[in-house]
Amino acid sequence: MDAAELKSVVECLIFVSDGPIRLEKLAELTGLEPQEVTRILEELEEEYQRTGRGLILYRVADGYQFRTRPEYADWIRKLNRSRPFRFSGAALETLAIIAYRQPVTRAEIEFLRGVDSGGVMKTLLDKQFIRILGKKDVPGRPLMYGTSADFLEFFGLRSLADLPTLKEFSELRPEFDGTLAEQGAEDTDSETA
Amino acid sequence: MSYQVRIEQFEGPLDLLLHLIRKNEMDIYDIPIAEITRQYVAYLDAMKSMNLEVAGEYLLMAATLTHIKSKMLLPPQEEEELEEEELDPRAELVRRLLEYQRYKDAAADLQSFSLLGRDVFTRPVFAPELEEGGEDREIEAVGLFELTKAFRRLLEDIPETDFHEVTGERLSVTDRIHFLLGLLEIKKQGIAFADVFSGNPDRHEVVVTFLAMLELVKMRLVNLMQTSRYGSIWLFSSVGDEEPEAAKKEEDLLGCG
Repeated sequence: MDAAELKSVVECLIFVSDGPIRLEKLAELTGLEPQEVTRILEELEEEYQRTGRGLILYRVADGYQFRTRPEYADWIRKLNRSRPFRFSGAALETLAIIAYRQPVTRAEIEFLRGVDSGGVMKTLLDKQFIRILGKKDVPGRPLMYGTSADFLEFFGLRSLADLPTLKEFSELRPEFDGTLAEQGAEDTDSETA
Repeated sequence: MSYQVRIEQFEGPLDLLLHLIRKNEMDIYDIPIAEITRQYVAYLDAMKSMNLEVAGEYLLMAATLTHIKSKMLLPPQEEEELEEEELDPRAELVRRLLEYQRYKDAAADLQSFSLLGRDVFTRPVFAPELEEGGEDREIEAVGLFELTKAFRRLLEDIPETDFHEVTGERLSVTDRIHFLLGLLEIKKQGIAFADVFSGNPDRHEVVVTFLAMLELVKMRLVNLMQTSRYGSIWLFSSVGDEEPEAAKKEEDLLGCG
Protein backbone atom coordinates (compact mmCIF):
# COMPACT_ATOMS: atom_id res chain seq x y z
CA MET A 1 0.00 0.00 0.00
CA ASP A 2 1.40 3.38 -0.86
CA ALA A 3 1.61 6.38 1.42
CA ALA A 4 -1.45 8.11 -0.03
CA GLU A 5 -3.61 5.05 0.55
CA LEU A 6 -2.38 4.67 4.11
CA LYS A 7 -3.34 8.24 4.78
CA SER A 8 -6.83 7.54 3.45
CA VAL A 9 -7.09 4.46 5.67
CA VAL A 10 -6.18 6.51 8.74
CA GLU A 11 -8.72 9.13 7.68
CA CYS A 12 -11.45 6.46 7.45
CA LEU A 13 -10.58 5.01 10.83
CA ILE A 14 -10.79 8.39 12.53
CA PHE A 15 -14.09 9.14 10.81
CA VAL A 16 -15.78 5.88 11.75
CA SER A 17 -14.47 5.63 15.31
CA ASP A 18 -17.15 6.22 17.95
CA GLY A 19 -14.99 8.69 19.85
CA PRO A 20 -11.54 10.17 19.70
CA ILE A 21 -9.28 7.37 18.47
CA ARG A 22 -5.88 6.93 20.09
CA LEU A 23 -2.59 6.97 18.25
CA GLU A 24 -1.71 3.52 19.59
CA LYS A 25 -4.98 2.13 18.28
CA LEU A 26 -4.32 3.56 14.82
CA ALA A 27 -0.81 2.08 14.83
CA GLU A 28 -2.18 -1.30 15.88
CA LEU A 29 -4.89 -1.30 13.19
CA THR A 30 -2.65 -0.18 10.35
CA GLY A 31 0.42 -2.10 11.46
CA LEU A 32 2.46 1.07 11.20
CA GLU A 33 5.03 2.42 13.61
CA PRO A 34 3.60 5.10 15.94
CA GLN A 35 6.03 7.68 14.52
CA GLU A 36 4.74 6.91 11.05
CA VAL A 37 1.12 7.36 12.21
CA THR A 38 2.04 10.63 13.89
CA ARG A 39 3.50 11.87 10.61
CA ILE A 40 0.34 10.89 8.70
CA LEU A 41 -1.85 12.57 11.33
CA GLU A 42 0.16 15.76 11.12
CA GLU A 43 -0.23 15.75 7.34
CA LEU A 44 -3.96 15.18 7.59
CA GLU A 45 -4.30 17.89 10.21
CA GLU A 46 -2.42 20.32 8.01
CA GLU A 47 -4.36 19.40 4.84
CA TYR A 48 -7.75 19.90 6.46
CA GLN A 49 -6.57 23.18 7.92
CA ARG A 50 -5.02 24.46 4.69
CA THR A 51 -7.79 23.51 2.27
CA GLY A 52 -10.41 25.15 4.48
CA ARG A 53 -12.65 22.08 4.76
CA GLY A 54 -15.73 22.11 6.98
CA LEU A 55 -14.03 19.63 9.25
CA ILE A 56 -10.92 19.95 11.36
CA LEU A 57 -8.87 17.10 12.74
CA TYR A 58 -8.88 17.71 16.48
CA ARG A 59 -6.71 16.18 19.14
CA VAL A 60 -8.92 15.63 22.16
CA ALA A 61 -8.74 13.49 25.28
CA ASP A 62 -5.70 11.56 24.09
CA GLY A 63 -7.20 10.77 20.69
CA TYR A 64 -8.02 12.14 17.24
CA GLN A 65 -11.45 13.16 16.02
CA PHE A 66 -12.99 15.07 13.13
CA ARG A 67 -15.05 18.00 14.30
CA THR A 68 -16.85 20.71 12.39
CA ARG A 69 -15.40 24.19 12.28
CA PRO A 70 -16.74 26.45 15.03
CA GLU A 71 -17.76 29.11 12.50
CA TYR A 72 -20.36 26.77 10.97
CA ALA A 73 -22.08 26.00 14.28
CA ASP A 74 -25.28 27.86 13.30
CA TRP A 75 -25.78 25.68 10.23
CA ILE A 76 -25.45 22.49 12.19
CA ARG A 77 -27.83 23.70 14.84
CA LYS A 78 -30.32 24.28 12.03
CA LEU A 79 -29.95 20.64 11.08
CA ASN A 80 -30.21 19.39 14.64
CA ARG A 81 -32.87 21.94 15.51
CA SER A 82 -31.14 22.43 18.83
CA ARG A 83 -30.62 25.52 20.89
CA PRO A 84 -27.05 26.41 21.76
CA PHE A 85 -25.94 24.61 24.86
CA ARG A 86 -25.47 26.73 27.98
CA PHE A 87 -23.75 25.94 31.22
CA SER A 88 -25.04 27.63 34.36
CA GLY A 89 -22.61 29.93 36.11
CA ALA A 90 -22.58 27.65 39.13
CA ALA A 91 -21.77 24.60 37.00
CA LEU A 92 -18.91 26.33 35.22
CA GLU A 93 -17.43 27.68 38.44
CA THR A 94 -17.59 24.29 40.10
CA LEU A 95 -16.15 22.59 37.05
CA ALA A 96 -13.30 25.09 36.89
CA ILE A 97 -12.44 24.52 40.54
CA ILE A 98 -12.51 20.74 40.11
CA ALA A 99 -10.45 20.90 36.89
CA TYR A 100 -7.71 22.98 38.45
CA ARG A 101 -7.73 21.64 41.99
CA GLN A 102 -8.31 17.93 41.52
CA PRO A 103 -8.36 15.78 43.54
CA VAL A 104 -10.67 18.02 45.53
CA THR A 105 -13.39 17.38 48.13
CA ARG A 106 -16.85 18.87 48.20
CA ALA A 107 -15.98 20.85 51.35
CA GLU A 108 -12.98 22.41 49.59
CA ILE A 109 -15.13 23.38 46.61
CA GLU A 110 -17.77 24.89 48.86
CA PHE A 111 -15.18 26.87 50.80
CA LEU A 112 -13.78 28.30 47.57
CA ARG A 113 -17.21 29.16 46.17
CA GLY A 114 -18.73 30.23 49.47
CA VAL A 115 -21.97 28.37 48.72
CA ASP A 116 -23.45 24.90 48.95
CA SER A 117 -22.44 22.97 45.84
CA GLY A 118 -24.08 19.58 46.40
CA GLY A 119 -26.76 20.00 43.75
CA VAL A 120 -24.51 21.24 41.00
CA MET A 121 -21.95 18.52 41.75
CA LYS A 122 -24.61 15.86 41.48
CA THR A 123 -25.60 17.17 38.06
CA LEU A 124 -21.98 17.22 36.93
CA LEU A 125 -21.58 13.63 38.16
CA ASP A 126 -24.77 12.54 36.39
CA LYS A 127 -23.62 14.17 33.17
CA GLN A 128 -20.26 12.47 33.70
CA PHE A 129 -18.17 15.60 33.50
CA ILE A 130 -16.66 14.73 36.85
CA ARG A 131 -15.92 11.46 38.60
CA ILE A 132 -15.00 10.20 42.04
CA LEU A 133 -11.26 9.68 42.36
CA GLY A 134 -11.15 8.15 45.82
CA LYS A 135 -11.37 9.07 49.45
CA LYS A 136 -9.19 11.61 51.14
CA ASP A 137 -7.09 10.35 54.02
CA VAL A 138 -8.46 12.80 56.58
CA PRO A 139 -11.11 12.34 59.30
CA GLY A 140 -14.46 11.53 57.75
CA ARG A 141 -12.75 10.18 54.62
CA PRO A 142 -14.55 12.56 52.25
CA LEU A 143 -14.80 11.70 48.56
CA MET A 144 -12.36 13.34 46.19
CA TYR A 145 -13.51 14.51 42.79
CA GLY A 146 -11.77 15.03 39.47
CA THR A 147 -12.67 15.62 35.84
CA SER A 148 -13.42 12.79 33.40
CA ALA A 149 -12.40 12.00 29.82
CA ASP A 150 -15.83 13.34 28.80
CA PHE A 151 -14.82 16.68 30.27
CA LEU A 152 -11.75 16.82 28.01
CA GLU A 153 -13.82 15.81 24.99
CA PHE A 154 -16.49 18.37 25.73
CA PHE A 155 -14.08 21.25 26.07
CA GLY A 156 -11.87 20.03 23.23
CA LEU A 157 -8.80 19.56 25.41
CA ARG A 158 -6.00 17.08 24.80
CA SER A 159 -5.24 16.74 28.47
CA LEU A 160 -5.49 18.70 31.69
CA ALA A 161 -2.14 20.25 30.81
CA ASP A 162 -4.01 22.03 28.01
CA LEU A 163 -5.99 24.11 30.48
CA PRO A 164 -4.85 27.73 30.49
CA THR A 165 -2.76 28.51 33.54
CA LEU A 166 -4.63 30.19 36.35
CA LYS A 167 -3.97 33.87 36.51
CA GLU A 168 -1.72 34.57 39.44
CA PHE A 169 -2.29 37.57 41.61
CA SER A 170 1.35 38.43 41.80
CA GLU A 171 0.53 41.91 43.09
CA LEU A 172 -0.14 40.18 46.38
CA ARG A 173 3.52 39.43 46.92
CA PRO A 174 5.68 41.53 44.62
CA GLU A 175 8.91 40.34 46.25
CA PHE A 176 8.10 36.75 45.31
CA ASP A 177 7.74 37.77 41.70
CA GLY A 178 11.13 39.44 41.78
CA THR A 179 12.96 36.34 42.96
CA LEU A 180 11.34 34.31 40.21
CA ALA A 181 12.45 36.76 37.55
CA GLU A 182 15.97 36.68 38.93
CA GLN A 183 16.06 32.91 38.86
CA GLY A 184 14.85 32.98 35.28
CA ALA A 185 17.64 35.35 34.34
CA GLU A 186 20.22 33.09 35.98
CA ASP A 187 18.92 30.08 34.10
CA THR A 188 19.27 31.72 30.72
CA ASP A 189 22.74 32.92 31.73
CA SER A 190 23.96 29.44 32.50
CA GLU A 191 22.48 28.16 29.25
CA THR A 192 24.32 30.65 27.13
CA ALA A 193 27.58 30.08 29.03
CA MET B 1 -30.10 57.30 52.47
CA SER B 2 -31.72 54.91 50.05
CA TYR B 3 -30.02 52.44 47.86
CA GLN B 4 -30.98 51.47 44.40
CA VAL B 5 -30.26 47.77 44.32
CA ARG B 6 -30.51 45.85 41.15
CA ILE B 7 -31.31 42.21 41.78
CA GLU B 8 -28.91 40.17 39.74
CA GLN B 9 -28.08 36.58 39.72
CA PHE B 10 -25.08 36.14 41.98
CA GLU B 11 -23.35 32.84 42.50
CA GLY B 12 -22.87 33.47 46.21
CA PRO B 13 -21.71 35.98 48.82
CA LEU B 14 -18.18 36.13 47.38
CA ASP B 15 -19.59 36.90 43.95
CA LEU B 16 -21.77 39.64 45.42
CA LEU B 17 -18.85 41.16 47.30
CA LEU B 18 -16.67 41.19 44.19
CA HIS B 19 -19.50 42.88 42.34
CA LEU B 20 -19.78 45.59 45.02
CA ILE B 21 -16.01 46.14 45.04
CA ARG B 22 -15.93 46.50 41.28
CA LYS B 23 -19.01 48.70 41.12
CA ASN B 24 -17.57 51.11 43.69
CA GLU B 25 -14.09 50.91 42.20
CA MET B 26 -12.68 49.94 45.56
CA ASP B 27 -9.12 48.73 46.05
CA ILE B 28 -9.41 45.07 46.86
CA TYR B 29 -6.28 45.27 49.04
CA ASP B 30 -7.76 48.12 51.05
CA ILE B 31 -11.49 47.49 51.20
CA PRO B 32 -13.43 50.19 53.09
CA ILE B 33 -15.06 47.59 55.29
CA ALA B 34 -17.71 49.85 56.87
CA GLU B 35 -18.95 50.98 53.47
CA ILE B 36 -19.00 47.54 51.90
CA THR B 37 -20.78 46.05 54.91
CA ARG B 38 -23.45 48.71 54.61
CA GLN B 39 -23.99 48.03 50.94
CA TYR B 40 -23.89 44.31 51.43
CA VAL B 41 -26.53 44.37 54.16
CA ALA B 42 -28.64 46.77 52.09
CA TYR B 43 -28.55 44.24 49.30
CA LEU B 44 -29.73 41.47 51.62
CA ASP B 45 -32.55 43.73 52.89
CA ALA B 46 -33.63 44.38 49.32
CA MET B 47 -33.71 40.66 48.70
CA LYS B 48 -35.87 40.17 51.77
CA SER B 49 -38.22 42.99 50.82
CA MET B 50 -38.78 41.25 47.50
CA ASN B 51 -39.67 38.14 49.45
CA LEU B 52 -36.64 36.33 48.12
CA GLU B 53 -35.22 33.81 50.50
CA VAL B 54 -31.77 34.82 51.61
CA ALA B 55 -29.53 31.80 51.73
CA GLY B 56 -27.64 31.07 54.94
CA GLU B 57 -24.30 31.62 53.25
CA TYR B 58 -25.19 35.26 52.61
CA LEU B 59 -26.08 35.78 56.26
CA LEU B 60 -22.84 34.14 57.34
CA MET B 61 -20.89 36.56 55.19
CA ALA B 62 -22.80 39.50 56.67
CA ALA B 63 -21.74 38.28 60.11
CA THR B 64 -18.15 37.90 58.95
CA LEU B 65 -18.10 41.43 57.58
CA THR B 66 -19.51 42.83 60.81
CA HIS B 67 -16.94 40.85 62.76
CA ILE B 68 -14.09 42.27 60.67
CA LYS B 69 -15.50 45.74 61.03
CA SER B 70 -15.59 45.47 64.82
CA LYS B 71 -12.09 44.01 64.91
CA MET B 72 -10.76 46.96 62.96
CA LEU B 73 -12.11 49.32 65.57
CA LEU B 74 -10.12 47.63 68.33
CA PRO B 75 -6.49 48.46 68.93
CA PRO B 76 -4.25 45.56 67.79
CA GLN B 77 -3.29 43.18 70.57
CA GLU B 78 0.36 42.62 71.37
CA GLU B 79 0.57 38.96 70.40
CA GLU B 80 -1.12 39.72 67.13
CA GLU B 81 1.63 42.09 66.19
CA LEU B 82 4.04 39.20 65.97
CA GLU B 83 2.16 37.75 63.04
CA GLU B 84 2.46 40.68 60.76
CA GLU B 85 0.57 39.06 57.95
CA GLU B 86 -2.56 38.58 60.03
CA LEU B 87 -2.46 42.10 61.42
CA ASP B 88 -5.12 43.22 59.01
CA PRO B 89 -8.43 41.57 59.92
CA ARG B 90 -9.40 41.80 56.26
CA ALA B 91 -6.49 39.64 55.05
CA GLU B 92 -8.36 36.34 55.14
CA LEU B 93 -11.37 37.75 53.29
CA VAL B 94 -9.17 39.34 50.63
CA ARG B 95 -7.38 36.03 50.09
CA ARG B 96 -10.68 34.26 49.60
CA LEU B 97 -11.98 36.93 47.24
CA LEU B 98 -8.87 36.78 45.08
CA GLU B 99 -8.91 33.00 45.03
CA TYR B 100 -12.56 33.03 44.05
CA GLN B 101 -11.90 35.58 41.33
CA ARG B 102 -9.25 33.29 39.85
CA TYR B 103 -11.73 30.44 39.44
CA LYS B 104 -14.39 32.78 38.13
CA ASP B 105 -11.94 33.86 35.45
CA ALA B 106 -11.04 30.25 34.75
CA ALA B 107 -14.74 29.44 34.37
CA ALA B 108 -15.07 32.26 31.84
CA ASP B 109 -12.08 30.82 29.98
CA LEU B 110 -13.75 27.42 29.85
CA GLN B 111 -16.86 29.03 28.41
CA SER B 112 -14.79 30.51 25.58
CA PHE B 113 -13.52 27.16 24.31
CA SER B 114 -15.00 25.45 21.27
CA LEU B 115 -17.58 23.41 23.12
CA LEU B 116 -18.81 20.13 21.73
CA GLY B 117 -22.47 20.47 20.81
CA ARG B 118 -22.34 24.26 20.90
CA ASP B 119 -19.50 25.32 18.61
CA VAL B 120 -18.18 22.10 17.19
CA PHE B 121 -19.95 18.89 16.27
CA THR B 122 -18.97 15.32 15.58
CA ARG B 123 -20.55 12.42 13.79
CA PRO B 124 -23.34 11.13 16.05
CA VAL B 125 -22.52 7.91 17.84
CA PHE B 126 -24.54 4.77 17.17
CA ALA B 127 -26.61 3.80 20.17
CA PRO B 128 -24.76 0.67 21.31
CA GLU B 129 -27.85 -0.93 22.86
CA LEU B 130 -29.51 -1.07 19.44
CA GLU B 131 -26.57 -2.84 17.91
CA GLU B 132 -26.35 -6.58 18.05
CA GLY B 133 -23.39 -7.60 20.16
CA GLY B 134 -23.13 -4.05 21.41
CA GLU B 135 -21.15 -5.31 24.37
CA ASP B 136 -18.41 -6.56 22.09
CA ARG B 137 -16.46 -3.35 22.19
CA GLU B 138 -13.15 -2.06 23.34
CA ILE B 139 -12.35 -2.90 26.91
CA GLU B 140 -10.68 -0.85 29.56
CA ALA B 141 -9.59 -1.25 33.16
CA VAL B 142 -12.26 -1.09 35.85
CA GLY B 143 -12.13 1.69 38.41
CA LEU B 144 -12.62 1.03 42.09
CA PHE B 145 -15.90 2.88 42.20
CA GLU B 146 -17.41 1.04 39.25
CA LEU B 147 -16.48 -2.18 41.03
CA THR B 148 -18.08 -1.23 44.33
CA LYS B 149 -21.15 -0.07 42.45
CA ALA B 150 -21.45 -3.45 40.76
CA PHE B 151 -21.00 -5.19 44.11
CA ARG B 152 -23.64 -3.06 45.78
CA ARG B 153 -26.06 -3.73 42.96
CA LEU B 154 -25.59 -7.46 43.47
CA LEU B 155 -26.13 -7.23 47.21
CA GLU B 156 -29.25 -5.12 46.81
CA ASP B 157 -30.93 -7.95 44.94
CA ILE B 158 -30.43 -10.35 47.81
CA PRO B 159 -32.65 -9.92 50.85
CA GLU B 160 -30.93 -9.75 54.20
CA THR B 161 -31.83 -12.70 56.42
CA ASP B 162 -32.90 -11.35 59.77
CA PHE B 163 -32.38 -14.52 61.77
CA HIS B 164 -29.21 -16.11 62.98
CA GLU B 165 -28.39 -19.28 61.24
CA VAL B 166 -25.83 -21.76 62.53
CA THR B 167 -24.32 -23.84 59.81
CA GLY B 168 -21.25 -25.98 59.59
CA GLU B 169 -18.59 -25.59 56.97
CA ARG B 170 -19.19 -22.62 54.76
CA LEU B 171 -17.44 -21.28 51.73
CA SER B 172 -14.02 -19.81 52.38
CA VAL B 173 -12.18 -17.22 50.33
CA THR B 174 -9.50 -19.80 49.49
CA ASP B 175 -12.14 -22.19 48.11
CA ARG B 176 -13.57 -19.45 46.04
CA ILE B 177 -10.13 -18.47 44.68
CA HIS B 178 -9.58 -22.03 43.46
CA PHE B 179 -13.07 -22.12 42.02
CA LEU B 180 -12.49 -18.90 40.07
CA LEU B 181 -9.10 -20.03 38.80
CA GLY B 182 -10.67 -23.29 37.64
CA LEU B 183 -13.43 -21.39 35.89
CA LEU B 184 -10.96 -19.14 34.13
CA GLU B 185 -8.96 -22.18 33.01
CA ILE B 186 -12.01 -23.39 31.11
CA LYS B 187 -13.23 -20.03 29.89
CA LYS B 188 -10.13 -18.46 28.47
CA GLN B 189 -12.09 -15.68 26.81
CA GLY B 190 -13.12 -14.33 30.20
CA ILE B 191 -16.15 -14.45 32.51
CA ALA B 192 -18.75 -11.76 33.00
CA PHE B 193 -18.90 -10.42 36.55
CA ALA B 194 -22.50 -11.56 37.01
CA ASP B 195 -21.69 -15.10 35.83
CA VAL B 196 -19.23 -15.95 38.60
CA PHE B 197 -22.08 -16.30 41.06
CA SER B 198 -24.32 -19.32 41.19
CA GLY B 199 -27.92 -19.02 40.05
CA ASN B 200 -29.32 -17.97 43.40
CA PRO B 201 -26.47 -16.80 45.61
CA ASP B 202 -26.91 -15.80 49.25
CA ARG B 203 -25.15 -12.78 50.70
CA HIS B 204 -22.39 -14.92 52.14
CA GLU B 205 -21.52 -16.34 48.74
CA VAL B 206 -21.53 -12.93 47.10
CA VAL B 207 -19.25 -11.43 49.73
CA VAL B 208 -16.82 -14.34 49.75
CA THR B 209 -16.69 -14.49 45.96
CA PHE B 210 -16.11 -10.78 45.76
CA LEU B 211 -13.27 -11.00 48.27
CA ALA B 212 -11.78 -13.91 46.34
CA MET B 213 -11.90 -11.82 43.19
CA LEU B 214 -10.15 -8.93 44.88
CA GLU B 215 -7.46 -11.29 46.23
CA LEU B 216 -6.87 -12.63 42.73
CA VAL B 217 -6.51 -9.13 41.37
CA LYS B 218 -4.08 -8.33 44.16
CA MET B 219 -2.07 -11.44 43.32
CA ARG B 220 -2.08 -10.34 39.70
CA LEU B 221 -3.72 -13.54 38.56
CA VAL B 222 -6.84 -11.85 37.27
CA ASN B 223 -7.54 -8.66 35.36
CA LEU B 224 -10.83 -6.87 35.75
CA MET B 225 -11.85 -5.10 32.58
CA GLN B 226 -14.91 -3.26 31.42
CA THR B 227 -16.50 -3.19 27.99
CA SER B 228 -16.43 0.48 27.09
CA ARG B 229 -17.16 3.15 29.63
CA TYR B 230 -19.89 2.17 32.11
CA GLY B 231 -20.30 -1.26 30.47
CA SER B 232 -20.39 -4.60 32.21
CA ILE B 233 -17.37 -5.92 34.09
CA TRP B 234 -15.35 -8.92 32.91
CA LEU B 235 -12.72 -11.13 34.55
CA PHE B 236 -9.73 -12.24 32.54
CA SER B 237 -6.97 -14.59 33.51
CA SER B 238 -3.69 -12.72 33.44
CA VAL B 239 -1.52 -15.82 33.88
CA GLY B 240 -0.44 -17.99 31.04
CA ASP B 241 2.72 -16.83 29.42
CA GLU B 242 4.32 -14.72 32.09
CA GLU B 243 5.80 -16.20 35.28
CA PRO B 244 3.18 -18.51 36.77
CA GLU B 245 5.85 -19.55 39.30
CA ALA B 246 5.85 -16.21 41.08
CA ALA B 247 2.09 -16.20 41.09
CA LYS B 248 1.98 -19.59 42.77
CA LYS B 249 4.32 -18.40 45.50
CA GLU B 250 2.03 -15.50 46.27
CA GLU B 251 -0.92 -17.81 46.45
CA ASP B 252 0.88 -19.88 49.08
CA LEU B 253 1.42 -16.79 51.13
CA LEU B 254 -2.29 -16.20 51.17
CA GLY B 255 -2.79 -19.83 52.34
CA CYS B 256 -4.96 -19.34 55.38
CA GLY B 257 -7.64 -17.44 53.36
